[in-house]
Amino acid sequence: MLSIKNLKASINGKPILKGINLEVKPGEVHAIMGPNGSGKSTLASVLAGREIFEVTSGEVLLEGKNLLEMSPEDRARLGVFLGFQYPIEIPGVSMVNFMKTAVNEIRKYRGLPLLSSSDFLKLMREKKELVEIDSQLTNRSVNEGFSGGEKKKNEIFQMAMLEPKLAILDETDSGLDIDALRIVANGVNKLKRPDNATIVITHYQRLLDYIVPDVIHVLYNGQIVKTAGKELALELEEKGYDWIKKEYAV
Amino acid sequence: MENEQDKIISEVTDNEYKYGFFTEIESDTIAKGLSEEVVKIISSRKNEPEFMLEWRLKAFEYWKKMKMPNWAHLTIPEIDYQDIIYYSAPKQNAELASIDEIDPELKATFDRLGIPLDEQKKLSGVAVDAVMDSASIKTTFKENLADLGIIFCSMSEAVREHPDLIKKYLGSVVPYTDNFFATLNCAVFSDGSFVYIPKGVRCPMELSTYFRINAENTGQFERTLIIADEGSYVSYLEGCTAPKRDKNQLHAAVVELVALKNAEIKYSTVQNWYPGDKNGKGGIYNFVTKRGICKEDNAKISWTQVETGSAVTWKYPSCILKGDNTSAEFYSVAVTNNYQQADTGTKMMHIGKNTKSRIVSKGISAGQSQNSYRGLVKVLKNAENARNFSQCDSLLLGNNCGAHTFPYIEVDNKEAIVEHEATTSRIGEDQIFYCNQRGISTEDAIGLIVNGYAREVLNQLPMEFAVEAQKLLQISLEGSVG
Repeated sequence: MLSIKNLKASINGKPILKGINLEVKPGEVHAIMGPNGSGKSTLASVLAGREIFEVTSGEVLLEGKNLLEMSPEDRARLGVFLGFQYPIEIPGVSMVNFMKTAVNEIRKYRGLPLLSSSDFLKLMREKKELVEIDSQLTNRSVNEGFSGGEKKKNEIFQMAMLEPKLAILDETDSGLDIDALRIVANGVNKLKRPDNATIVITHYQRLLDYIVPDVIHVLYNGQIVKTAGKELALELEEKGYDWIKKEYAV
Repeated sequence: MENEQDKIISEVTDNEYKYGFFTEIESDTIAKGLSEEVVKIISSRKNEPEFMLEWRLKAFEYWKKMKMPNWAHLTIPEIDYQDIIYYSAPKQNAELASIDEIDPELKATFDRLGIPLDEQKKLSGVAVDAVMDSASIKTTFKENLADLGIIFCSMSEAVREHPDLIKKYLGSVVPYTDNFFATLNCAVFSDGSFVYIPKGVRCPMELSTYFRINAENTGQFERTLIIADEGSYVSYLEGCTAPKRDKNQLHAAVVELVALKNAEIKYSTVQNWYPGDKNGKGGIYNFVTKRGICKEDNAKISWTQVETGSAVTWKYPSCILKGDNTSAEFYSVAVTNNYQQADTGTKMMHIGKNTKSRIVSKGISAGQSQNSYRGLVKVLKNAENARNFSQCDSLLLGNNCGAHTFPYIEVDNKEAIVEHEATTSRIGEDQIFYCNQRGISTEDAIGLIVNGYAREVLNQLPMEFAVEAQKLLQISLEGSVG
């Protein structure tokens, strides 16, 4: 489904990603772990098309389509969803209006009929129940005045609404208490289907108690240095990242 | 990043002013220049009674001694008042029995602007007075309104048919000595709308005037007077457009509102005069004096404006809260792009007891434009229990524009409560990216954000105009964010 080959990217001339290779198949959940500053969030941003990063070489294909040639909005319409580490506040823009615009833009791109207001509200109700999000959140402006936990839940809600092929969750667990973590993880698990895939970026093993990955990668210094099954998370939890740093020191 | 931003901002130039066409029509146009003779010609073309001419001449004498004000935060090249045509009216039969007698070209022009003069094709429940250059073309639904005793007609007609009301109220809120542009207007005003709502009548439909400048080198000087008698209510809308021209054109209007005991007037404007091209060439100079008086107890006046057009805007819709328990509101969205300049705001004069005013101003600047809010809240000594709340927000798009706020507060009664809040924000690249990541294009993201920002004001507009205004905001700012 997703195929990344020798991806290199830099910011202001400084290389951050130094040759990433990654294959994700439909129905899989991959976790990307690694110490701070290893390039995890950069990878997420580059996949979503953030322009401050310059892609210097490599290839990223989603179902055979070259993502790197597409605008951020077209990538989203094709089915790339990024759960932001720090979701952005947009004062004055209601969640309903925001989501309706997004859902219909995506439907338009995929050649589906636009949703009427009543169908849209129905969809919204269903998805709210699915991800156990507080009804009031969707009556407010996008992320405005939301607590850290509410923002993260709101990301999962948006993911449910947009039904992406590839969801990339960037440190979705950071700043969450245990209840919020459970809700977020349950949401992700419920949205898992044989025809979509999820990449979970996390610093801690904690989230992986709830979202069980098929594959774990360790990203260090802009490269994937280790790939293994879910047992790797426990090893990292126990030993920390120091041994990785030593083993793969530049 | 910088390059990206410049690129996007430069795309604004693709943004076409949709109303920039010109109608070929036979006009009755007088020679350029301003003199006592010209004032007399205008008055005689309008078949005005003697008292009107006298008033015009008094104003003209007074104006000759006045100087153009220069306190606003605007850069305006010198205007040659002798290089302007002061009267140009489309030729048509003086009295029209039916819609069929209107010149088809004129009808087509207003159709193109989305203003049907044909009552069969009515805008949902809106009566329209259509004014082109110096003359009113047609007022719709006049007869239906007359059944309720409502007078809705052109100013020229009111001067001839309702001289008592004109004598009593014209110039009663904005006197002929008021300011340079208002005084000029008194001397040479050509047409405009007149509304009288009788005691206890709630006007059943929106009244509206649509102003169109068509002729070249012509100034437009219209005058509107609305009187709401005791216990009455009226909602009034004003819209305006002009053809694209390289040369600047002058527009100096006066609007007066009079609300008597327990009456309410709601006045909404969607101003979309030609703003000039991307390099700041051409466009309308818009110098407007708008003032209302809550003359007697419990009266209420509300101004709502959406200002997107004009090269220069100089406009301060104001309120005199004379009666006790009167209230006034001012809601404004002013958008400037490219080289547009706007200096706009309001004045609230608290005179009576228990008076309340509320100001909500939302400025949006893009391109190289300058956008200023200028407001005065004045509480007089005997205005016990006066209350004002002001909110002035500025939104910046790009790095080359300016937003300025000049709030003046003068309070002579120590019980008064006056509050002022102000914010300045910028549409961030991260907000745009967040929207992009959800499948929303940059253009649509700006539309969502700007409309969200202006929502409090847009909500004040009658439904069909709110939709129109929303689109207008988006078009005015197309592509102006990086």
